[in-house]
Amino acid sequence: METVNCVECAGEVEIAEDVMVGEIVECPECGAELEVVSTHPITITLAPEVEEDWGE
Amino acid sequence: MTINVSIVGGSGYVGGELLRLLLGHPEVTVKQITSQQHAGRFVHGVHPNLRGATRLKFSPVEALEPCDLLFLALPHGRAAEQIDQFASLAPRLIDLSADFRLRDPAAYEEWYGRSHPAPEWLNKFVYGLPELHRDSLREANYVSGVGCNATAVNLALSPLARAGLIQQVVIEVKVGSSEGGNSFSAASHHPERSGALRSFAPTGHRHQAEMFQELGEFELHFSATAVELVRGILCTAHVFLSQDLAEKDVWQLYRAAYGSEPFVRLVNERKGIYRYPEPKILAGSNFCDVGFAKDERSGRLVVLSAIDNLMKGAAGTAVQSMNLMLGYPETTALTFTGLHPI
Repeated sequence: METVNCVECAGEVEIAEDVMVGEIVECPECGAELEVVSTHPITITLAPEVEEDWGE
Repeated sequence: MTINVSIVGGSGYVGGELLRLLLGHPEVTVKQITSQQHAGRFVHGVHPNLRGATRLKFSPVEALEPCDLLFLALPHGRAAEQIDQFASLAPRLIDLSADFRLRDPAAYEEWYGRSHPAPEWLNKFVYGLPELHRDSLREANYVSGVGCNATAVNLALSPLARAGLIQQVVIEVKVGSSEGGNSFSAASHHPERSGALRSFAPTGHRHQAEMFQELGEFELHFSATAVELVRGILCTAHVFLSQDLAEKDVWQLYRAAYGSEPFVRLVNERKGIYRYPEPKILAGSNFCDVGFAKDERSGRLVVLSAIDNLMKGAAGTAVQSMNLMLGYPETTALTFTGLHPI
């Protein structure tokens, strides 16, 4: 298990060593969905998502 | 070997909540609970949720016996008038009223409109908010309670205030009806109260004194609105920062302040129903949930907090303080997580 920092909140996110490019992991602190964009080293970016919006 | 505690003024909502918590505390025996109005009656006649949990009856205050720790849950002003008498009955006091929250007698007079009846006692008390005064509480014999609205605000803003980052803040709290206590009036009559969004303190709320004392002096504006809730406070603080911070920096600041706190949780989720603090799911729990959102256009930082006013805003924090005073694990009797759905 490797640990990287969430790009959104800098919280610690554990990622399995056999993770594959394109997998989505979730930050345990802010809930951001993070996409693994490379594995050597493990690099993550914010995954695109549909946002909820009320009142529009 | 448990310690003996008694509660003075146990027929109110805070007194009942305190009794509920203490009856579940493995290190405590509740010896007496007083009420002048209900003396001689079983406590479950007033606090029906405690039916079967205890056979205690209310005692008159004159019948109080010495004990190890005395909780005072009297209306504001009463504890200060009899503080010497109460201190003669127990070596440790926790007063949940507003009487001993402020250190400065001039501030008390300014906000409460009269001179303090026992100003020589003010500096003997420690302000009973563990997140801000944990080390002092471990050494304290006399502890004040906390204002519920002040607690929601102080926990929301303390990390920013301690870092000197607040230039100006405008705060609105939305509060439940139990903040008003168990006395009733025309204003609480159901046809008047039900469905109302009542701006009961757009300015001048007395809990601001505790905010200034605990956060320091900066430009702070505060309004309170009663909403359709029984328990709960939602605090929305619009903070104008003295220096720009990215939201990730705010995360780091709050994580450093509260990462190891047992009863403060950071709630700032990107998805889901409960993305920000919500008092509804905290009912009966001792948690304070804190979240934030940065308005990138204006630079405004919105900090949100939610508590149960009777718990983290009163009885729960008092029991947490007691645990610290007596060297018990801080979370004892306070681990209820709340209900969902509710």
